[in-house]
Amino acid sequence: MEEQTIQENKLLNYFKNNVSKATLFLVLFAMWGILSILSPYFLTYNNIFNLVRQTSVIAVVATGMTFVIISGGIDLSVGSIVGVSGIIVSMLLLNGVPIILAIVITLLVTLLLGAVTGMFIYEGNVPPFIATLGMMSMARGLALLLSGGQILTGLPGAFISFAQITFLGIPMLTIVLIIVVALAFFVLTRTRFGRNVYTIGSSDEVARLSGINMRVNYYAIYMLNAFLSGIAGIMLTSRLSSGIPTSGNMYELDAIASVVIGGASLSGAEGSVLGTIIGALIMSTLRNGGNLLGVDPFWLRMATGLLIVLAVLFDQVRKKQ
Amino acid sequence: MPDEKYAVEMNQITKTFPGVKALDQVDFKVKKGEIHGLVGENGAGKSTLLKILMGVHQKDSESGDILLNGEKANINNPIMAEKYGLAAVYQHMMLAPKLSVAENIFLGEQPTKNGIVNWDYMYKETRKHLDSLNLTEINPKSRLDSLTNVQQEMVAIAKAVSHDANILIFDEPTALLAEKETEELHKTMLELKEKGVSIIYVNHRLDEVFEVCDRVTVLRDGEYVGTREISEVREDDLITMMVGREIGDLYYKEEIDKGEKILEVNNLNSGKKVIDASFELHKGEVLGFFGLIGAGRTELLRTIFGADKIDSGEIKINQKDVKINKPVDSINAGIGLIPEDRQKQGLALPLSVQDNCSLVSSMYSSNLGVLDKKSEEKETRRNVEDLNIKTPSIKQKVQFLSGGNQQKVVIAKWLNVDASILFFDESTVGIDVGAKKEIYKLMAELLKEDKAIIFISSYLPELLGVCDRIAVISEGKITGILDREEATEEKLLQLATV
Repeated sequence: MEEQTIQENKLLNYFKNNVSKATLFLVLFAMWGILSILSPYFLTYNNIFNLVRQTSVIAVVATGMTFVIISGGIDLSVGSIVGVSGIIVSMLLLNGVPIILAIVITLLVTLLLGAVTGMFIYEGNVPPFIATLGMMSMARGLALLLSGGQILTGLPGAFISFAQITFLGIPMLTIVLIIVVALAFFVLTRTRFGRNVYTIGSSDEVARLSGINMRVNYYAIYMLNAFLSGIAGIMLTSRLSSGIPTSGNMYELDAIASVVIGGASLSGAEGSVLGTIIGALIMSTLRNGGNLLGVDPFWLRMATGLLIVLAVLFDQVRKKQ
Repeated sequence: MPDEKYAVEMNQITKTFPGVKALDQVDFKVKKGEIHGLVGENGAGKSTLLKILMGVHQKDSESGDILLNGEKANINNPIMAEKYGLAAVYQHMMLAPKLSVAENIFLGEQPTKNGIVNWDYMYKETRKHLDSLNLTEINPKSRLDSLTNVQQEMVAIAKAVSHDANILIFDEPTALLAEKETEELHKTMLELKEKGVSIIYVNHRLDEVFEVCDRVTVLRDGEYVGTREISEVREDDLITMMVGREIGDLYYKEEIDKGEKILEVNNLNSGKKVIDASFELHKGEVLGFFGLIGAGRTELLRTIFGADKIDSGEIKINQKDVKINKPVDSINAGIGLIPEDRQKQGLALPLSVQDNCSLVSSMYSSNLGVLDKKSEEKETRRNVEDLNIKTPSIKQKVQFLSGGNQQKVVIAKWLNVDASILFFDESTVGIDVGAKKEIYKLMAELLKEDKAIIFISSYLPELLGVCDRIAVISEGKITGILDREEATEEKLLQLATV
């Protein structure tokens, strides 16, 4: 009996401490509710399947971005890394490299790119905005250079079908996302690295004076982000069944928007994986719903922009109270 | 009845911050054309009182009132304060270092002609303002950061005067000045007084207060203690007023036997602020570091801790040489630093009490990088109980705790790794007397456990109250180390200004 009340209090406390997260859930459910009334097609298996599949790729990128933003940084290079990893994996596959090996090599390259970003930022003291702006251009250039600006087609069937098959009725791409999110959630909330990310985000100086190894952590944050962008790039290539050098364009903005809508603060030390995922779902629901209702995509784009600003505005107002 | 002879009358002002009563029914009256000293310990409420006068903070609405030149004033923000003729010259001035003197004086209100900045007029007017303060050697076109400290402060004064300010607040203006520069500043203050300007002078150095002030008001722990004619008090009287009767039992100290040598520093050098430092520290001992602001005390501790680079020299802990390149090296060797600025250096403010308490210990307690939340929780609950940390829950963000409780969290961080050498850097600044006392008691407990402490403070009575020996640092060098018995305020001050 007593235990039960404690349980209930815990739940109540959780929502009290996470007002913004609870509000996010409400916003998402409200959107789903309204859309299912307005469009009979919205709640169909096909549409939901599509919605989560579309969200999966960008949500993996946004999960990595969550770490970067909580650490007080920003990473503009993720879209380009999605592009370049798609090209690399396609080229390897087209040259007959086995699928698993091709994926491993691609991910190693993304880790290397992340390490280069980390090096600029930690060793060179270049602000993350600039370092990753540079990497954004370099990685995109690399993708275009390697592919000769061409779309790479003719990928093996087993690779392409990955994006189409399901497991227990759930798209494989979404399964990948679920695994990534579960791991990221664990790392961020249960490991010392996760706490270091928050500590660094609240103050570099505090982190340093508390004995945190800044070099290791800075490299790890940007390498992890590039790694997840690499996974997203491979997922996207499978879904598009071809390597496209311009793919992943503007993903950095969608990823940042998801993280911010999810309650993270660009000044660091705030944010959560769960919030980011809801943020990503809200963004793609808006798009999906808009399409279903036949809203002009140009209007939709403006609405997305407004949503991002409103989300942060709402948070600021709440904090002032 | 409002009294016409007062420029400023603050009556029964109370100010409450969440969890702390910063001011309790404080009276403060400044006569027209006088220099009025405002003194008190750190945390006595001087800056809060002045911030209320300047419209930065608001007094509790139901408390008291403020009269300026005999009329009731509603100072809701700094712009209003300026309109009332109030201006402040802060220790860290609100000037733009990379702009010219003239641009600073006209900051935000450059004179224009047809929409274009009228430089000629600006330079001419600036010249006039500077000349009126006898600052003929300052060029209106010079960049502010090319001037000396005192010249920069003079510019700040000129700026205030150019706005027809008739009540000027000087908040610790001499902290960064050399003696000769202080004299210049005092001369300017006396000239302003001749012109009928009223001046409020906050200064920790009582001798300087005696030099220029007409009257002085003392605050203690947010309360008004009294106002005296400067000609009728001695420095001792003021100190007694500032510290109150509690001095005897405020500084808690137990006689503890000194153990073996735990830390030895030989010929340590780092940059320009740590020059050839050598000293030793024994178990069960508190070694104080005294010096003027900027003398290099903090830098010496930071260097030993590994936060600043060591250029040369050796550090021995428990008679063994240790190599310290970064903080984690000294932490592993058993050192803990409670830094000068707890908000910017000591605490991850947006994180919880628990996260902060186990910030360092998780380095040792986590298994393959996975946090042991259960043991962290237990550890934090013990901290909260042992150190009497007032917080609604261990999940509370530390930014919502009061200063004293925040400081306890910083200390807890090091207790949880059982650090054997603790560096306290101005640890009691800005926290209330109760929490101070708890910290002194805690220090005594730690010493009994054979730990050792280095204690930096700018406040002499505190140093004399809690330290076994006091090292004095001046311009990066240790100029003397005095035993508790032989140390007096005069001797320490003398060594500090060598």
